[in-house]
Amino acid sequence: MRVKYVFNEVLVGLWRNVTMTVAMIITMSVSLTMLGASALLYMQVNQMKDYYYGEIQVSIFLREDVTDAQRTAINQAIDSNPLVLNKTYETREQAYQKFLVLWRDSPDFIKSVGPDSLPESFRVKLKDPEKYKQFADQMQGMAGIQDIVDQRELLNKVFDIFNSIQVMALVVAGVMALAALLLVGNTIQVAAYSKRREVAVMKLVGASNWFIQSPFVLEAVVAGLVGSVLGFVALFVGKVVLLDGRLQALTNVLTPIPNGNVWLMLPLLAGVGAVVSAVTAWVTLRFYLRV
Amino acid sequence: MIQLESVTKTYPKASRPSLDNVSVGIEKGEFVFFIGPSGSGKSTIIKLLLHEVAPSTGKVVVNAKDVTSLRSWKIPHFRRSIGCVFQDFRLLPNRTAYENVAFALEVIGKTKAVARRVVPEVLELVGLGGKEHRYPHELSGGEQQRVAVARAFVNRPLILLADEPTGNLDPDTSVEIMRLLDRINRTGTTVVMVTHDSNIVNQMRRRVIEIESGRIVRDQARGVYG
Repeated sequence: MRVKYVFNEVLVGLWRNVTMTVAMIITMSVSLTMLGASALLYMQVNQMKDYYYGEIQVSIFLREDVTDAQRTAINQAIDSNPLVLNKTYETREQAYQKFLVLWRDSPDFIKSVGPDSLPESFRVKLKDPEKYKQFADQMQGMAGIQDIVDQRELLNKVFDIFNSIQVMALVVAGVMALAALLLVGNTIQVAAYSKRREVAVMKLVGASNWFIQSPFVLEAVVAGLVGSVLGFVALFVGKVVLLDGRLQALTNVLTPIPNGNVWLMLPLLAGVGAVVSAVTAWVTLRFYLRV
Repeated sequence: MIQLESVTKTYPKASRPSLDNVSVGIEKGEFVFFIGPSGSGKSTIIKLLLHEVAPSTGKVVVNAKDVTSLRSWKIPHFRRSIGCVFQDFRLLPNRTAYENVAFALEVIGKTKAVARRVVPEVLELVGLGGKEHRYPHELSGGEQQRVAVARAFVNRPLILLADEPTGNLDPDTSVEIMRLLDRINRTGTTVVMVTHDSNIVNQMRRRVIEIESGRIVRDQARGVYG
């Protein structure tokens, strides 16, 4: 009977103030969509880091006038370096062949570059890509080296962009969450006011606090859950329409987002939505339903 | 049953205390009037006994429980042993007489079956047999107060507090309500009533405690309004 009573109170409460309920659900779902997007992006960036960092090489370009002795010395220095996982040597000819393949769509550009204009190089894979700086410092002084380039630096610029998108999504999520919280607080206040007579009688005859408060808290939780489901649907639709559809070209670079990750957002958003609204409602009630 | 020990209550921002070093004891089964002019501190006593407010200093003991040191989450359970009636009835307008009384049972966890058994009984006791399904606006003031008394008494509390229960009623109806409270008192329930209705106090000839400016100025076993 009490479960039925509480459930009924929740439905009546949500319906009584339906415009506010809708506003609450919308802000909640937008906020949670942003939170979900930012979480997905975070997982995505980590996944991409794992993927690309595994492929990363440090290129040591040799000077045009490098001598055989210098080349051998560099070769030995790389082989004896404990940071190195493996290395390959690329001749000028090989570099030119790669260049031809890479730029096959721009014959004019190819024409302007002769087979001799590309430097020979060692392509070094490190055991830990993060230790690039240490490795570069050790190699830097050697004669015959023109330049040491870490691909990671290039990638990091890309990741920086993702990170700032993620931060932006988080900021929007935070601002919307604040609005959602204020709406939850307000809805609970209105609900508590419209039921003030019942609440007064309940307090008078000694109904327990949880019994008085639970319909209000559950009201907020239900709105939070509905908001999180809508937010999840928005994420899923966004993923299918944007990434799998229009921006598919981008996904080739980005590494695809697994559907499992998107599904993972449902419990995350539902949990955050429910807990945040419950806590807000409860805190509001502490102020408006003093014993 | 009820013990106030040197109780002082000063509300925030008030210049003088509502109750000033009040000590009084009430035995089980007593019928006690608190009388005095408006603002004398009578209603503060009711609030203290319900633990709606806490005393500034001193001790309040109800049912052998020190209310002052009661943890806040235990207050609801404590209140179940006290029934309370007010001048303005405090009924729920969208519920019938039956539902008003049943509500008080259901919100403390009693089943509908218990309500079906107990509520008609208590409505009969207060003299509302046959009017169970009327809404408050379909009842007279006296009848509404009977519903309120039924709600306060349905749990068989040890104490019944009444804060000016006849304040909104005409003299004849007031007498009927007093008969009802008297009947409840005879079941062994301690009744504490705050009033400034001199006729009623004079008719009942029960213990009278007069309060003025927060102090007890008279405590008389079979008193009159004075």
